[in-house]
Amino acid sequence: MEYQEVAASNLVKEARSICRTGEYGLTAMFANDERMIHGSFAIYCIFIGAGQIKAIKGVLKQGEKLEFPSLTLFFSTAAWFEREIHDLFGILPMGHPDLRPLVLHENWPNGLYPMRKDFPTNLHVPEAHKKYDMVGVEGEGVFEVPVGPIHAGIIEPGHFRFSQSGEQVVHLDAKLFFTHRGIEKSVEGLPIEMAAFAAERICGACSVSHALSYAQSIESIANIKIPERAEVIRVVVAELERLYNHVGDIGNLCAGVGFAVGISHGSRLKEILMRLNERITGNRFLRGMIIPGGVSMELTTDLAWDIRNTLEQLSGEFKDLIGLLKDNSAFLDRVENTGILTRKAASDLGAVGVAARASGIDIDMRRDYSYSLYNDLDFKVPIYSQGDVAARLWVRKEEVEQSIEIIKQVLDYMPDIPKGLSISLPKITPYSSGIGWSESARGSNFHWIMIGENNTIYRHFIRSASYPNWPAVVIAAPGNIIPDFPLINKSFELCYACLDR
Amino acid sequence: MIHILKKIMSTGIVTEDYDKGKVPVRFRGQITIEKGECKNCRRCITSCPTKAIREQAGSLTIDHKACIFCGRCVESCEAEQLKYTSKYKLATCSSITANIGTLLGRKIQSIFGRSLHIRHVDAGSCNACDFEMNALSNPFYDLQQYGIDFVASPRHADMLMVTGVVTRNLKQALLMTYEAMPTPNLVMAVGACAASGQVFGSSYAMCGAVDKVLPVDIYVPGCPPRPQALLYGLLLAMDKL
Repeated sequence: MEYQEVAASNLVKEARSICRTGEYGLTAMFANDERMIHGSFAIYCIFIGAGQIKAIKGVLKQGEKLEFPSLTLFFSTAAWFEREIHDLFGILPMGHPDLRPLVLHENWPNGLYPMRKDFPTNLHVPEAHKKYDMVGVEGEGVFEVPVGPIHAGIIEPGHFRFSQSGEQVVHLDAKLFFTHRGIEKSVEGLPIEMAAFAAERICGACSVSHALSYAQSIESIANIKIPERAEVIRVVVAELERLYNHVGDIGNLCAGVGFAVGISHGSRLKEILMRLNERITGNRFLRGMIIPGGVSMELTTDLAWDIRNTLEQLSGEFKDLIGLLKDNSAFLDRVENTGILTRKAASDLGAVGVAARASGIDIDMRRDYSYSLYNDLDFKVPIYSQGDVAARLWVRKEEVEQSIEIIKQVLDYMPDIPKGLSISLPKITPYSSGIGWSESARGSNFHWIMIGENNTIYRHFIRSASYPNWPAVVIAAPGNIIPDFPLINKSFELCYACLDR
Repeated sequence: MIHILKKIMSTGIVTEDYDKGKVPVRFRGQITIEKGECKNCRRCITSCPTKAIREQAGSLTIDHKACIFCGRCVESCEAEQLKYTSKYKLATCSSITANIGTLLGRKIQSIFGRSLHIRHVDAGSCNACDFEMNALSNPFYDLQQYGIDFVASPRHADMLMVTGVVTRNLKQALLMTYEAMPTPNLVMAVGACAASGQVFGSSYAMCGAVDKVLPVDIYVPGCPPRPQALLYGLLLAMDKL
């Protein structure tokens, strides 16, 4: 990967010159402690656009004050990235409008920066009791409703503060990163093959996507090409992951409006797919298939037939389920014009995946930044413009149909191609780095990795699809009523586990 | 409406007996050490990403609570002594529960009667265990037929099911949920993260396994445990097996 190296104080200028034409957007931004390599911290900014990926490396010289001008005023996507850099590395983004702690909550003492290399792993960090200010609206008749972090169902933790004027949500502030496990730190120093297991377990629903991004990142650094048969199998499992997620999400959306028949059918179809997953990989979340350098298991002819048959059964049943929703005016009434994310907001926040495509943004990593075999496959990317819950539902519905077609195409292609499932990794030059990406069921998923000595991980940065999409939920909620929030939240279907890492 | 009724009729009943479903050939269940000549290559120990295999007094032990069933040990064994089995019913009672034994068991039985109400807390999981818990309510497993239900408040709950390695940011919420529950109660650690805390190694943000924070009664290993494994654990907790 090529980096344009600049002084950290020039980051804003360089970033703006890349984005001048409006084609590029800021996708990821993170710091790296490179004092042991060349004596300085570095701040990386990754931009994507026009079918290309560009990267700037801002260097903080030795002895220089640990600060750089904030990019947030020009790129709203930078807001969280910079707060994270501030939390974990103690590097100050000057002029940032909101430097509340993000990843480390108020239990973390001041002045300790865990992602720096000299932070001892076994250090006992005492509990701090700082205060965290939620942002709300004040005024006559405005009241606040706090929700979470532990919710009423079987869902992930997050804290929401609704500012209400009567039934209307006026403002929503979300405090997240409760499930922050520090995976980026815990994999440092591990051999590549070992860290792959942690990467696969960042998130349950995106297991394949994370494993794929991780593996492709390693393969791009090592500059190797994996056997074609492995690519075929990777496409099959990646699309199966999208299928079970989308089918399950459509069923779950019915839970947001209390439509029990829809919930049951959705969860039943999802279970059928989960069982297929278990037959293929031995794990219901398709874990254990993708490894750096290829795949670990063969897709036998029997299994290929099994996939075809199951998908055949599924497409009929799925059509029935959609039919139940399409002619149910009570259901449509709840989902249409609810939780609208405008095209402008989606593009400003750099929204990705289903959320972006339902708001009229035509982006899909599989087509635009093709990886694996997607360049040779024939599939459509559904785009809707309304940006409401219904639009996100219909995007998912069409993506299910496309995924089924993609799997059929690759299975047809399979028999003729040469065997071989994986190749072993060569010795990689220390401190070389690279980026890997994939399109998960939620959107683009990036892994940036720098390799250390002896094929170990020096730094692993993860930006999942939920990262740019979470702020979009906060934008889409105001103007609706609280009972619609679960519905809006479900329609975005974001992972906290992916986001928090 | 007529379409809804038609669809319900045509689907019929899909609910299954919990342990009648077939285990697929590729499923990776409990790993066993077969009798034979160990070549002392130690590869299984070094290849395990969660340090579930240890050497104690000259022989190998596998900590199933920590195993993520990746199979690297099986592949790496020179003597081909390590083998997968299809056994997924791996839930175990903790030593505390087992020792107090029948007394507590009876007390719980007499109080909970034939039902069990569960509160779930995600203490830092990857969401896979949570998805499997959700799957228990789908028509195939139909959890409610066993008198088991998920409830919205810890005040209504007899059992706390905890998923995930306890993160620093969730420790307080987990403790508060536990304290809000009436006693006697049960705590179940679901999945390899909650049961062992070793899946991601250690970092500044993790406190470790659930039993570092709360007294755990039942451990259900797996990454994630399949729904049948969860059902087995729940029925074990209710002494219904």
